[in-house]
Amino acid sequence: MELAFYIAGAVAVISTVLMLTRLNVVHALLYLIVSLLGVAVVFYVLGAAFVAALEVIIYAGAIMVLFVFVVMMLNLGASAVEMERRWLTPGIWVGPAVLAGILIIEVISLVRGSTASLGGGVVGPKQVGIALFGPYLIGVELASVLLLAGLVGAYHLGYRKVEKTEIQHDDTHKGRAVAGGDLVLAGADRPARTP
Amino acid sequence: MLAGILFSLGLTGLLVRRNLIFVLMSLEVMLNAAGLAFVVAGARWHQADGQIMFLFVLAMAAAEVAVGLALVLEIYRRFKSLDVDQLSEMRG
Repeated sequence: MELAFYIAGAVAVISTVLMLTRLNVVHALLYLIVSLLGVAVVFYVLGAAFVAALEVIIYAGAIMVLFVFVVMMLNLGASAVEMERRWLTPGIWVGPAVLAGILIIEVISLVRGSTASLGGGVVGPKQVGIALFGPYLIGVELASVLLLAGLVGAYHLGYRKVEKTEIQHDDTHKGRAVAGGDLVLAGADRPARTP
Repeated sequence: MLAGILFSLGLTGLLVRRNLIFVLMSLEVMLNAAGLAFVVAGARWHQADGQIMFLFVLAMAAAEVAVGLALVLEIYRRFKSLDVDQLSEMRG
């Protein structure tokens, strides 16, 4: 267990250092994902499996998708195809792949082995839930309000004005006036359109 | 200890890099390190409070990243650059 903790921590630190020294944003994102996964394994070793799952889902899933989307939106250029070709060289993805492979092997050995946790007992999700909706209920409400504020703020900042142009045919209102409000007959006197 | 190392790494990245995306990622690392410290303390004393605090940190990080990335998009659209030094014209 001690060994697993130190291996996961070392992977997290190494990938963070590599993330900070990358020049390309996407490479740095790969290393950041590996770093978050390493921290998740550390959580699992510490007996907080629920938090480890949340870390993987929210951090490595949702937040990283946000980052990737923004990088995609910023990188619209004519050189994108050429850049893509350069990124697919094996030197790029070998580093994160090796670090992630270490983490996978470690998790498999942990799951198949004993379930005793480092430094005391397991704090299960049930205990966390009871405490979360008991004495910390006001915190949950505050977090929800914060998330709502973040949502509205992000929408407002990302809003781009779209010019809407409405197509108006010159005889749009004419037929309606002729038919005298009868919607079945509306437009009946319009000349037949030739495709 | 590990949390301290990760936090100082994030702080270093925040100070060293001049790209706004890298600054946001360093902020992520720092928040993650703070959450790690909470969880370690909670596991040490067998309390659930540490994990609850980590959940709050998680929610806050999500909101912060959403707003920050929207700001990054707006800044890029306006200045065509993500260099922090070039953006230091927010005076007067």
